[in-house]
Amino acid sequence: MEKIPILRMGPFLLVTIQVDLYDRLALNLESDLVQAVSKTGARGVLIDISAVTIVDSFMGRIIGNIASMSKIMDAETVVVGMQPAVAITLIELGLPLTGVHTALNVEKGMELLRKKILVDGEEMDVDRDDSADDDAE
Amino acid sequence: MEKRWTSTGTTAPMTTLSKDKMLIVKEQDVVPFRNRVKEYATRIGMGLVNQTKLITAASELVRNMLRYASGGETLIEVISKGREAGIRLTFSDKGPGIADISLAMKDGYTTGKSLGLGLPGTKRLVSEFNIQSTLGEGTTVTIIKWKNG
Repeated sequence: MEKIPILRMGPFLLVTIQVDLYDRLALNLESDLVQAVSKTGARGVLIDISAVTIVDSFMGRIIGNIASMSKIMDAETVVVGMQPAVAITLIELGLPLTGVHTALNVEKGMELLRKKILVDGEEMDVDRDDSADDDAE
Repeated sequence: MEKRWTSTGTTAPMTTLSKDKMLIVKEQDVVPFRNRVKEYATRIGMGLVNQTKLITAASELVRNMLRYASGGETLIEVISKGREAGIRLTFSDKGPGIADISLAMKDGYTTGKSLGLGLPGTKRLVSEFNIQSTLGEGTTVTIIKWKNG
């Protein structure tokens, strides 16, 4: 079965969606990510959707869910790289993705996550050993 | 008893230039269907934003078919009216039908576990939207997106 890889980068988890998501794949990503947040104690999740051409209400809901779930597990989510046509379509569809942080690209997204975590007045330390890397297959 | 809900009535003659049928029975059919719609939209030279709107609308409707009627049949057509070219998509299912179409067309209304954006959101994304449903027999939704519409 196809799987979307979740990469760990310091205190952040990095997800790049390179394929058009069908329902099962999106739902798996949702649960994989939440579990990865729990396992690694990640403080931020960055989702790159620059290769995604279609975000419908289902996908939008998954993105919103990931953000809310991560939030209650003390991690911020930022969605980066949305294509302009996708943004236009989402707003007309009536899905403004409120509650999800967005940034133009990966670099700005990382910056945003770092700021968010520093604002919380904490150091970016996450235990570095661990089994969590198994998840990044 | 048949209930209709039509957004735009047009009487001008429409010509179908080519058509293609696709059966949707499982969620893995959604992506190939979207790709097929994209192919047709690209072929008539539809711009990226309109393409994205059309494909998103198609995706919503196909999902509805899968969720409420466990699948159905789709028809992709290239049509023209005067100088305008467009894509017409028809989604027919043999599901339970919709009891109250005007309620189903309201933002935020849902009987399932969705956000209730599907039908009204879809209507906003396309040029023309038509839905017919008969309780116990099924639902047919037709949408048109004009190339420059």
